[in-house]
Amino acid sequence: MSARSETRLWLAQRASAAVLALCVLVHLATMIVAVKGGLTAAEILGRTRGNPAWAAFYAVFVAAVAIHAPIGLRTIASEWLQWRGRGADAFWLVVGAALFAIGIRAVAAVVL
Amino acid sequence: MAMREPELLEVDVWRSGGDAGGQFRTYAVPREDAQTVLDVVTWIQRKLDPTLAYRFACRVGMCGSCAMTVNGRARWTCRTHVAKVARGNRLQIAPLANLPVVRDLVVDMRAFFDKWAKAGGQFTPTASRRDDFVRVAPDTPARREVDAAIECIGCGVCYASCDIVAWNPAYLGPAALNRAWTLQNDVRDGDHPARLAAVAGDAGCHACHTQAACTERCPKQLSPTTSIAGLKRMTARAALKGEL
Ligand code: SF4
Ligand code: SF4
Ligand code: FES
Repeated sequence: MSARSETRLWLAQRASAAVLALCVLVHLATMIVAVKGGLTAAEILGRTRGNPAWAAFYAVFVAAVAIHAPIGLRTIASEWLQWRGRGADAFWLVVGAALFAIGIRAVAAVVL
Repeated sequence: MAMREPELLEVDVWRSGGDAGGQFRTYAVPREDAQTVLDVVTWIQRKLDPTLAYRFACRVGMCGSCAMTVNGRARWTCRTHVAKVARGNRLQIAPLANLPVVRDLVVDMRAFFDKWAKAGGQFTPTASRRDDFVRVAPDTPARREVDAAIECIGCGVCYASCDIVAWNPAYLGPAALNRAWTLQNDVRDGDHPARLAAVAGDAGCHACHTQAACTERCPKQLSPTTSIAGLKRMTARAALKGEL
């Protein structure tokens, strides 16, 4: 991979980390509030279904995870398992795509 | 009155040879005041075993040739006092890590210096001898960055202390990247874009974990970690502008 692409990956990982920091806080706070408030699953779904704000929030969350996780795992695999090169990069791309697909499916289940 | 018996140091020294590539051999060396680790190695070589191979030149912390692993840590031996590092009366002296051993305490520094070249460690002049001297004000930010990083003696202590060097053979390492950073801040240098490309990516500054083992151990109290962070900022800016 070229130095330019690697620099972009690094930037993407830093940027997605910043997004994740915020998303995780909002997500945890929401869960705590929902549980403390004694909301049932049905009541929670009633609030998330058809709500474009929650849909957007969790779509961004999922996208950040799908960017952040494979880049980090790629680095760990290269340092600890010496697994690097085109094959490895292709694999991590697939991992990212899979994470995104699974995540978006879950988001669709609670907002659609 | 009887002469006081000199206190003896028990020194384990790595010796090449044998099936395992080498082993520690123990020597007894009289302890002296203000004795350095290099003094100990020299004493062994002069008095006990002239076949012991090691490297030194200046003995005053300038040449960067005497670095070894002392009690598990990379150090410049000519400026390291035995009193500071001995555990009781024991010392263990091994060659630097992360570099191939030539013999005994001597390592092959080629990979270390080849990476300086790969990181664009050479100054590229923009002026000729007919031009006037460039005036660089000492208090400009760029000049200050250079000042903070320029005193490297090329000892390899940082390189031997860096986990990423051990894990990623292509990683340029703290000293080479620190050198590149000084040149990226040198207004007289004409090769900034190419050098920036050379130090970006998984073999360059972006591989650094910023945990500062190099900085903790650098005998010249430099901070390659800071220099590498500077390169990360510089490359990120260039990438965002599409200049990388
Ligand atoms: S801060 Fe970077 S260069 Fe220094 S030891 Fe850690 S990984 Fe290596
Ligand atoms: S940066 Fe420090 S430890 Fe590394 S080679 Fe230079 S002087 Fe030695
Ligand atoms: S012998 Fe020159 S730095 Fe130690």
